[in-house]
Amino acid sequence: MRESTLWFWHLIAGIVIIFVLGIHIGVMHLDKIMQAIGIMSAGDVLSYADVLARAKTIAYLIIYLLLMWFALYHGFYGLRSMILEISMSKTAQAVVNWVIFLFGFGLAVYGTYAIIIGYTMANA
Amino acid sequence: MSETNESYKTNFAETKDIVFKIFRYDPDVNTEPHFDTFTVPVVKGWTVLDAVMHIKENMDSTVSYRASCRMGICGSCAMDINGKPRLACQTQVIAELQSDEVVIKPLANYPILRDIVPDLTPLIQNHEAVKPYIIRKDKEDQKNPKGELYQTPDELEEYLQFSYCIKCGACMAACPVVATDEEFPGPQALTQAYRYTIDTRDDGFMERIDSVDKTHGAWRCHFAGACSDACPKGVDPAFAIQLLKREITARKFGKKREPAPIAKQPVNVKRLESVPYPPEKTVK
Repeated sequence: MRESTLWFWHLIAGIVIIFVLGIHIGVMHLDKIMQAIGIMSAGDVLSYADVLARAKTIAYLIIYLLLMWFALYHGFYGLRSMILEISMSKTAQAVVNWVIFLFGFGLAVYGTYAIIIGYTMANA
Repeated sequence: MSETNESYKTNFAETKDIVFKIFRYDPDVNTEPHFDTFTVPVVKGWTVLDAVMHIKENMDSTVSYRASCRMGICGSCAMDINGKPRLACQTQVIAELQSDEVVIKPLANYPILRDIVPDLTPLIQNHEAVKPYIIRKDKEDQKNPKGELYQTPDELEEYLQFSYCIKCGACMAACPVVATDEEFPGPQALTQAYRYTIDTRDDGFMERIDSVDKTHGAWRCHFAGACSDACPKGVDPAFAIQLLKREITARKFGKKREPAPIAKQPVNVKRLESVPYPPEKTVK
């Protein structure tokens, strides 16, 4: 795969993160401000009933899956770029690539499982 | 030595004693580099190269440096002057540096041949790798061109700035990525890749892509801009690399370009009488 493909998805991931992380920050950390200006009301941040209500929605599922996948890709591609900038042998570069890929992929699988289980349990 | 300095002070009304600390390293003799200090009576208007030549001619003939044209064209005299890569022949000692002490080192990020002479082999190798010349689909036409190729003034403007590169290597010495990543082609080569890719007469994008669109290629540029700051010819390599990224991405999403066709020979055109003919060839 050409580097431009990986880099392009790095950019796309950055843009997606701005939106989904923006929603997360708005709902979870700036909730008072958002409610005050009437943009959105997703209930109380820490109330069990409101947490459960949010967790039941398909939007919650999609937003957090997107945030997790794209944040992982963006972060791990950036980490790989920084590590590979140190001159090293081709073998060492291959090891870095595989470790980054396997670690990132493992976390993506585990994160996907956790988010889907949370959604399933909330709807049970 | 001091007599020569005194004669300069006598012959030139405006001189100023400037201390030059010159990096010295001869791999055949020295195990470690060191600095030699020279006090030079700098005449107003002198460049750093003038001062280095003065040192070589009057103070220490073993000082090695590289220079050729003395007018900012050949790029040979690029060196690290007071912490910044510059052309010694373009850098005014009194008016520009405004310091009583001038520290001269070889360009960073290159092996050192001797004293302030860097080994520019990496620069040349990276430059060569991006195939910095017009590549045509029609190889026969490339070898034996049938005529001139169409290009408008606007199309020329697209790459003109980037064609002013004199291969002095200052941008490579300033680049923080070149400092850590030996495989990074560097701002000079990437700029030339863009310069030829965007030239309407060229059709060599696919032949250049492997040398720029790779793990250690254009995408590793941090856009620090140090290369553009260092360039003595205003080429702006940092900008060229960003444009190169855009061009690669655009081609990835289907942007195609046919190289410029051969211009038709003008017919029924009368030459203006006021336009003189060129002189006869002196070499037959």
